[in-house]
Order: sequence, then C-alpha cells, then structure tokens
Amino acid sequence: MPFFDAASTEPLHPAARAELLSALEAGWADPARLYGPGRQSRLLLDQARARVAAVLGVRPDEVYFTSSGTQAVHLAVLGALRARRRTGRHLVVSAVEHSSVLHTASTHESDGGEVTTVDVDRTGRVDPAAFAAALRPDTALACLQSANHEVGTEQPVAEVAEICRAADVPLFVDAAQSAGRADIPEGWSLLAASGHKWGGPAGVGVLVIRKHTRWRSPLPEDEREGRRVPGFENVPAAVAAAAALEARRQERAVEGPRLSALVERIRERLPRFVPDIEVVGDPVRRLPHLVTFSCLYVEGEALITELDRQGFAVSSGSSCTADTLRPSHVLEAMGVITHGNVRVSLPRGTESTDVDEFLSVLPAAIIRLRRAAGVIS
Amino acid sequence: MSFRRRMRSAQKAATPPQPVAPAVPAGPAPVLIIDALGRKCPIPIILLAERIREVPIGEIVAVKADDVAARTDVPAWCRMKSQDFVREEILPRGWAFHIRRTY
Repeated sequence: MPFFDAASTEPLHPAARAELLSALEAGWADPARLYGPGRQSRLLLDQARARVAAVLGVRPDEVYFTSSGTQAVHLAVLGALRARRRTGRHLVVSAVEHSSVLHTASTHESDGGEVTTVDVDRTGRVDPAAFAAALRPDTALACLQSANHEVGTEQPVAEVAEICRAADVPLFVDAAQSAGRADIPEGWSLLAASGHKWGGPAGVGVLVIRKHTRWRSPLPEDEREGRRVPGFENVPAAVAAAAALEARRQERAVEGPRLSALVERIRERLPRFVPDIEVVGDPVRRLPHLVTFSCLYVEGEALITELDRQGFAVSSGSSCTADTLRPSHVLEAMGVITHGNVRVSLPRGTESTDVDEFLSVLPAAIIRLRRAAGVIS
Repeated sequence: MSFRRRMRSAQKAATPPQPVAPAVPAGPAPVLIIDALGRKCPIPIILLAERIREVPIGEIVAVKADDVAARTDVPAWCRMKSQDFVREEILPRGWAFHIRRTY
C-alpha cells in the first residue's frame, strides 16, 4: 500500500533500525551513573547528540533530547518566555504554526500573557514586514515554523531571524517538517524537531537552545539533559534518531530533488485531470515532499476513505476527519477551500510508478464522490 | 481552541467594520436565499453552485449556513469560480453569505 503521509510520520529508516537494536543492548543503563554500563549509555547518548548537532549545524552542548517534538516545542516556548519575563510577556506567532505552538500560545495567554498572530498570504507564507510590525519592546519571543506542515510552504526564516536579531527578540523555529529534508536557515535562537518525522523512532524529539539564549525551565527541577528536559533519557531512541537524521542528510542530494519532481508532477497534472480542484501552497518555495490540494464539492473524509480503499494512505485538513470538527486553521488562515482537502507527503523511496498510479486513481474517485453528492461537473 | 477564536477576531479586525444594527442594510437585498443551516460543508457550497444560476446576472444570492467552514469556503469558492463575494452577514445562528452572480 503506497504510504503518502510522511508529514505525519515516516517508517523507521533502515539505518535507524540497525542502530536501535544494538543500542537496546548497549544503551539500557542510566547515563547519569558512573559505573561501566552507565558510562556506556552516556557515551552513546553524547555521540547521538554530536551527530544531531553536526547535521543541524550547531554545537553538541546546544542539543537536548526530549520525549517528542511536541515536548521540545513546549519547553522551547515556555522556557524562553519564562526567562524573558522581565522584558515583557508579549509573544508573536504566525497564524499557521503547528497546533503545539498555538496551544502553547493559548496557555501563555490564559496565564496573563499577550499573543499577536501574524497573518499569512494565500500561499500560507508570512510577510517578513508584517512579522516585523508585530514585534514590540515588550516582545519576549517570536515563533516561526521553517515550513508549513499542511501545505509545505517554506517560511522566510532567514529574513525574520534578521528582523528579530535587530529587535533583540529571540526567534523560535519549529523545524519539525524540515529537519532531515531541507536546510534550515541560520539566525534563530531556539529550535524544535521530531525524530519520527525523519525516519527515527517515535518518542524522541530535539530541542536546540543556542548559546547566549536566555532560557529557564518552566517545569520542576530535574537534573537530566543539562537540567533542560526532565525524565530518564531514551538512549536507544536518541541513537536511532541520530542515525536516521545522518542517513537522511546523506541521501538528500539525490532523494530531495527526486521527491520534489514527483510532487511537481502531482501539482502540474492534477488540475488538468480534474475540474474544480485547487492545489494550494507555494509552488516553488516549498518542502520537497509535500503537496496539498482541495477538491470542490467533495467531503475530505469521504475522499480519504475512498483513497484508502484504493490502497493509498493520505491525510486531510478538512473538518469531520478523525479528531476534529473544525477545518484546519492553516487552510482558514490562507483563505482556501477547506473541504475536500488532501495532503500528499511522500516518504523516502516513493516509487515514481506509485505516484502515477495515484494520479490515475484519484480523478475517478473524485468524480464518483461528486456524482454521489448530486454534483454534475 | 482559543487560538482559533483569536485568529478569527484578528481576521475580522483586518476587514472593514460592518454596521452592527441590522436595520441599515449593508448592500442590495438578495433575490434568492439558500437555507443551508444545519448542513455541513461542502453541502452549502454544492447548493450555492447549483442554485446561483437561478438568479439573474448582477443579482445577489445569499447562503445561510452555520458550519464555520463556510466562512472560509464561500469566499474561496467565489474566488475560484470568479463570482463576486459581497459580504458576510452575522445571523443569530450562523451567517448569511451574500454573493453577486457575475456570469
């Protein structure tokens, strides 16, 4: 069954599988202990840290392993806000951040903080000038994703980082969709990423806090991970995540352009094959592996179910799908059709023939569902 | 979901303020009102696409809906189909979206 939902999670990378199995044997002991097996665990953990740091282009002592990408987001945002409380309690976020960022912003707001949301254009991209205008003397932190998780549009991180630096405001970048797939521009202060999205195991995220960035734990005191992340480290998962990230980095020169060409094929052909369809997101400044489109007059859930029946795993930002009754806040912010929405995100190794098969199955599925709804198109 | 409420209010603040008093009509009266209250998207959009042909070109059709997705989908449909989205009227329950047929 072709799996086209890499933006949710990727299957375990073979390099990660091999290292996970050996680290389960060698890295089970408490890395905080001074006896042999403990030192062995510590060594594996710090090697994993150094490998992740090398791929991300940061220092090893700026990298902290968390239990998930979401935990990394929570710690980055709340910890930066807490450390800069004397500067102010104003937080700036883009309208299309991942829900983990927006929910953290809500928490900050209900704790008495203030939040400014920066709108996006039709492609889902933030205007750097609008972002600059949202910054204030009491702004404690600004948040901008590297690329959007639902439509693939890359954000102007380099420009916004420059603006934030000039305003002396730290920038947090949620790099969950880019890490391992695209270069992340420099200039940010904090970053979060998630291991399972690049082919590592679930249960490991990465928090990066650059040197000279003020940060104070929002959680009770704990000595793990340099006092930044509470709880016993998942050493085997960290090792496997590092192995997958490294492997992805090595494969990227070939795999990135290959997947990007497959996405381009979908972007280009779909509107010619099916009437009343809109491919959304930036056609050029985008992630290599992700494309989203909306089909008029079709229920997103029905389309996902129909494609599943045909053997294709894709996701949807439409309402009534799985866990939400509201349409995606990303599609709302962009002002594009929220019903009939499909996100296709290609994992590494996606076959060209699978994409062709998808393109041959999809138009008939859409037409069938439109007929069933009484629409003649 | 307070961040969504916030985003909504931010979006509303960006558009010109609408008169609160319904006594003063904000535009020409619709010649056709489609009642899609209680119907989930895409039904309101399907009804709109089907029935807009019933009004003469240049006239207004209004769609009443209470699925919040319609607030995004009706203007987006108008943009895709080159119809003229006139305004959103707030009802005691849901909204009435006013569209001018252009062709």
